[in-house]
Amino acid sequence: MKYIWRLLPISFILLMTGCGVENLSALDPQGPVAEMQYSLIQLSLYIMIFVMVIVFSIYIFVIYRFREKPGDTHIPKQVHGNRTLEIIWTTIPILLLLMLAIPNVMDTFTLADVGVTDEEAGEGEEIDHITIDVTAHQFWWEFDYPEYEITSGQEMYIPTDTRIIINLQSSDVIHSFWVPALAGKQDNVPGIENDMWFEAPEEGVYMGKCTELCGPSHWQMDFKVIAVDPDTFDTWATNMAEPPEQVTDPEGEVAVDGRGVFEQSCISCHAVGDEGGNTGPNLTNYGEREALAGYLDPTDENLEAWLRDTQEYKPGNEMPNFNHDAINDEEMEALIAYLNELKILED
Amino acid sequence: MSYEKAQSKNVIWDWLTTVDHKKIGIMYLAGGAFFFALGGLEAILMRIQLMFPEFSFVQAQTFNELLTMHGTTMIFLAAMPLLFGFMNFIIPLQIGARDVAFPFLNALGFWLFLFGGLLLNVSWFVGGAPDAGWTAYVPLSSESPGHGLDYYVLGLQVGGLGTLIGGINFLVTIINMRAPGMSMMRMPLFTWSSFVASMLILFAFPALTIGLLLLMLERLFGGTFFAVDFGGNVIIWQHLFWIFGHPEVYILILPAFGIFSEILPTFAKKRLFGYSAMVFATLIIGFLGFMVWAHHMFTVGMGPVANAIFAVATMAIAVPTGIKIFNWLLTLWGGRIQFTTANLFALGFIPSFVMGGVTGVMLATSAANYQFHDTYFVVAHFHYVIIGGVVLGLFGGAFYWWPKMFGYRLNETLGKWFFWLFLTGFHLTFFVQHFLGLMGMQRRVASYLGGQGLESMNFISTMGAFLMTIAFILFLINIFVSTNNKENAADPWDGRTLEWTTPSPVPEYNFAQTPLVRDLDAYWYEKYEGDGKMKAAEPLGDIHMPNGTILPVLISLGLIIASFGFIYMVIPLIIAGLGVTFGSMFVRSIKEDHGYHIPVEEIKRDKEEG
Amino acid sequence: MAENEAMEQQQTLPPNPEKATLEGRNKYLGFWFFLGGETVLFGSLFGTYLGLRSGVLDGPGPADLFHLDLVFIMTMILLTSSLTSVFAVINMKRGNYKGLLIWMWATVALGVAFLVFEIYEFYEYYHQGLGFSTSAFASAFYTLVGTHGAHVLFGVLWITTLLIRYRKSGLTLTNAPKFYTAVLYWHFIDVVWVFIFTVVYLLGIGG
Repeated sequence: MKYIWRLLPISFILLMTGCGVENLSALDPQGPVAEMQYSLIQLSLYIMIFVMVIVFSIYIFVIYRFREKPGDTHIPKQVHGNRTLEIIWTTIPILLLLMLAIPNVMDTFTLADVGVTDEEAGEGEEIDHITIDVTAHQFWWEFDYPEYEITSGQEMYIPTDTRIIINLQSSDVIHSFWVPALAGKQDNVPGIENDMWFEAPEEGVYMGKCTELCGPSHWQMDFKVIAVDPDTFDTWATNMAEPPEQVTDPEGEVAVDGRGVFEQSCISCHAVGDEGGNTGPNLTNYGEREALAGYLDPTDENLEAWLRDTQEYKPGNEMPNFNHDAINDEEMEALIAYLNELKILED
Repeated sequence: MSYEKAQSKNVIWDWLTTVDHKKIGIMYLAGGAFFFALGGLEAILMRIQLMFPEFSFVQAQTFNELLTMHGTTMIFLAAMPLLFGFMNFIIPLQIGARDVAFPFLNALGFWLFLFGGLLLNVSWFVGGAPDAGWTAYVPLSSESPGHGLDYYVLGLQVGGLGTLIGGINFLVTIINMRAPGMSMMRMPLFTWSSFVASMLILFAFPALTIGLLLLMLERLFGGTFFAVDFGGNVIIWQHLFWIFGHPEVYILILPAFGIFSEILPTFAKKRLFGYSAMVFATLIIGFLGFMVWAHHMFTVGMGPVANAIFAVATMAIAVPTGIKIFNWLLTLWGGRIQFTTANLFALGFIPSFVMGGVTGVMLATSAANYQFHDTYFVVAHFHYVIIGGVVLGLFGGAFYWWPKMFGYRLNETLGKWFFWLFLTGFHLTFFVQHFLGLMGMQRRVASYLGGQGLESMNFISTMGAFLMTIAFILFLINIFVSTNNKENAADPWDGRTLEWTTPSPVPEYNFAQTPLVRDLDAYWYEKYEGDGKMKAAEPLGDIHMPNGTILPVLISLGLIIASFGFIYMVIPLIIAGLGVTFGSMFVRSIKEDHGYHIPVEEIKRDKEEG
Repeated sequence: MAENEAMEQQQTLPPNPEKATLEGRNKYLGFWFFLGGETVLFGSLFGTYLGLRSGVLDGPGPADLFHLDLVFIMTMILLTSSLTSVFAVINMKRGNYKGLLIWMWATVALGVAFLVFEIYEFYEYYHQGLGFSTSAFASAFYTLVGTHGAHVLFGVLWITTLLIRYRKSGLTLTNAPKFYTAVLYWHFIDVVWVFIFTVVYLLGIGG
């Protein structure tokens, strides 16, 4: 009997970890923050399962034992109550809650401390870290790296095993920054700057989502956190700051035409390198994007469809539709070719 | 008005002008049921849209309107009015009163609710419903184009006013109108929990009133409270909303707790275990309900100190709630449990609500809440407490008090089918949503991508929603096919409390003679310790009743006219509407209403017939 | 109707006519609850004001606008009106209906005077560049003080209605609770003003 009691919560956890896609699920935590939160979830679940087992056992026993049997007409004893019992079922829950409240308070403070000095490692020793300013827009994400003076749109490159310090803000309504596999969320609130931190020990693409209702395209406001080894990250950052030639000054004939279309129709909102506006996502590394418009497969067909009718794909976003009068088929082909060449990591 | 004149009114006019708490209660139930069906329809449309990934059954904008209206409708226009219906009908009967303290205000409260709710729903037909969620967070709500949010602000303001009036009415009724011998500590638990809920209404709703006022000024008159560029602050709205919003969930759940505390002793044939502990726990829950609002805001950046304090305070609520659960279990212990439909709902409530409660404690864990917040885990949690608590309570209460209210019993077989289908559908819909949330599905999404492992559980969830719909239709059928079950309607369950001493349907004056209360469970005491009849606290005599009046309808109507004026900025409409409202209030103020008397012969005749 | 009232007038009234009937007691208790709700209402407005009062941007701020002398006069007027309403209740308890009417009229007059000053005050601020939409401070200030002003206006209209309606009826068990609750209401808006005086004006000039 004792064994079954122990197995119950464990089987529940097993059931849970089986769920969800890798790098999206909070049940498959990567890195210290998500792991801390996951272990707190587990702890609370164990305590709560303990409570439920007790309540359900009494419940089932009572319903079975004291059901009305046919022909039974006795009047039960009218019991008033029992003070000892009341004290017991007041005290035990308090103790159980303390078991959860104390680690929770500790974790809450740990998570709020984005500082870069590691007290465990020794007095004042600095942790490897970078800072990223995350600005949420309807319906896309802007990632600024103040230490590198670069900006990237929709995809956040980070080095592995480095503390990432996130400053959150919003340019319009409230959004919320959530990368379940790496860390719980914090809100992007206009007029207020929030911060949080996380680390990714493994390379990989982590899916991120906006978790605060922000308008009709709320559900499509996805982004990616791409963890790469520190060397690759340095290359990426250097090339973002000073992109290779094919990005700003392409050679192939089609790409040159495409660049022309880009300069004519896109550059007032989208930047490539340090040229261009910033009312839309930075496109310097568009050719390496995991997703188009945050959520579509970045195929040529999707790209054209998106450019022709952005409102169909992300209603309420600020990008205009480009019909055939604005960009004809030939120009569109050239533009797509150019955009696909926007790669900075491979030469 | 004379007695004869009062009797000879046209039926529709009679209901429009009634100040009888029983008729108002029934109107609350009818209005609430209408909006419940509407909110359910909105839910079904959303569940169909989420049945498959990237499904295009409804547009994203429409989806946002549906989710906003579903939440707003279910909370303000369905759950609360339905509870108000029971409170109106049952509380005066349970405390041995002929009426509520303010019959006029009671009618006014109902009409304000009804007109407010209708106003809110007019938005569907004139360019789009509100679309910023039932929480209407600024600046999404303050900058939302169109008039949807204007309807939200004014509809809820009018309806909220009605709720506030209703709350004050119940408080005074319970304190001042109790029959002789009905001390506070002899009051049935439903009355007690309604009393505490009314307290919460009184102290919580004004915060919403101000929030809505600010949002209205912001949207319609150029206010800058929430405009960051003008030095405004968007978090103020969240504080105001949740200072109201958290007590609101206790406003809903406490009366439901009260209903279960009536049903379980009745069908276990046993006195409620730990009555004073139950009362105490209700008071503590009500008090703590005001201390925890910011647990809805763990991720907005309040800092670790505030997060830790609100986390611990929230966990504390689990203690009095646990006390209640164990007292209910011990009420059943040693009883003779009858599995009537009403009791099935009460018995189904215990495990369902415990599941909602434990996820509540998990959510209170602030550091883990960063993962839970605004995901389907939260959606699962609050549906477990609201459906598993409030809605099961409403259905249980309906089966329990139906004979008293309508003079016939609902069919038990159909009722049991309804219960099992509904309970199964409910768990099917919402249990999987816990996992969906943790697997990365955020809430209020109009769709989701394939290939993220979310498909099958969403499909299951939608199937559950269909099951709940079928169950609800069975309930509606039950109402119509059972009308002949008239025998033994006055006291069909061997009741314990005063409402079962009245005939069914209950006469206008409730009690021919005000009863004398000698113990908790007054009727039970007389059945087993006395002669089975209540002792009278007064001789038989003429009974004074208040006159009906159309003024509550006019006051509410004026506010609706003025609301349209505000929404479309038509000054004459504003003046006309406010003119009707204040004019009616003026008439009410200067015209003294002395009511009328029901002659003693009439009461005697009723008694003989009964 | 008139007969009815004349009859009631002849009854000898109990010492606390406002609480002598069940209706009166209900009204009395219900009104206290209502004032409890009003407290939360104004509390929310005060909270909003405190959260936004530094959001003045380029517009005028509290220290530029507020003049203590004007506000002091307004405060004195409102405090005096509370006093006159107390006199009215004392007269009611003594059964002196005429005294009740006179002191209530005095209360109304002071209320009107307060409103005149408030309108003048808003007019001044507007001309110094503080429109409703100028800054978050402006919106919060006008909303808080304006809501209080609206309460004063409602009180003036309410009491005036009572005074005209019952000008000849004498004190009855029906109108005693009405006058009594009106006075309760008047005290409440007076207390709210004391908080406005402290939180908005004194803190605005000093802090």
